[in-house]
Amino acid sequence: MTSHFWLMTLFAGFVSLVFALVIQDDPMQQLRFGAMLWVALSAGAVLLGWLMYPLPL
Amino acid sequence: MARVRSAPQSATKNATMVCALAWLVPGAGHIWLGRRRTGLILIVALPAMFAIGLLLEGALFPFEVEQPLVVLAALAEVGIGLPYLCASLLELGDGRVVAVTFEYGNTFLIVAGLLNLLVVLDTYDVAHGRK
Repeated sequence: MTSHFWLMTLFAGFVSLVFALVIQDDPMQQLRFGAMLWVALSAGAVLLGWLMYPLPL
Repeated sequence: MARVRSAPQSATKNATMVCALAWLVPGAGHIWLGRRRTGLILIVALPAMFAIGLLLEGALFPFEVEQPLVVLAALAEVGIGLPYLCASLLELGDGRVVAVTFEYGNTFLIVAGLLNLLVVLDTYDVAHGRK
């Protein structure tokens, strides 16, 4: 339970789930929107982390 | 004429009551309004997110007016409703600052409350027939 990546994807999952339920009405659209948002949040965080990699602490 | 006037007031009163219910029990507002599937998912997901925040040793922030950011975090956490009240009564959420997951725990706790406030706003829209 201390893996940063696992916790980040879990967090993205919860946020995507709620946003999908609130924004879309049709179950298929909710599924598609939620999956896209989850991928975007997770991939965006990895990309941001990769871009920050050369920066000193 | 009196009936025409009282109808919107009644609708607003009902919407307010449903929103209060939606705040207290995450997802209950949607169930009350007939959106059972959405409500059942929310009634599991949001308290689960809050519980994970507690398991990750996040803190339930106090209302200290000298620290405005702490007050904002506390307000966000109160947004989850009943789970917050239960956790407070059970004296959970001490928050172990040295724990490696402390900040993750805080993030889960705060965002769970904010997401429930978003759900309350959605309930208000549904109650007024905007969705």
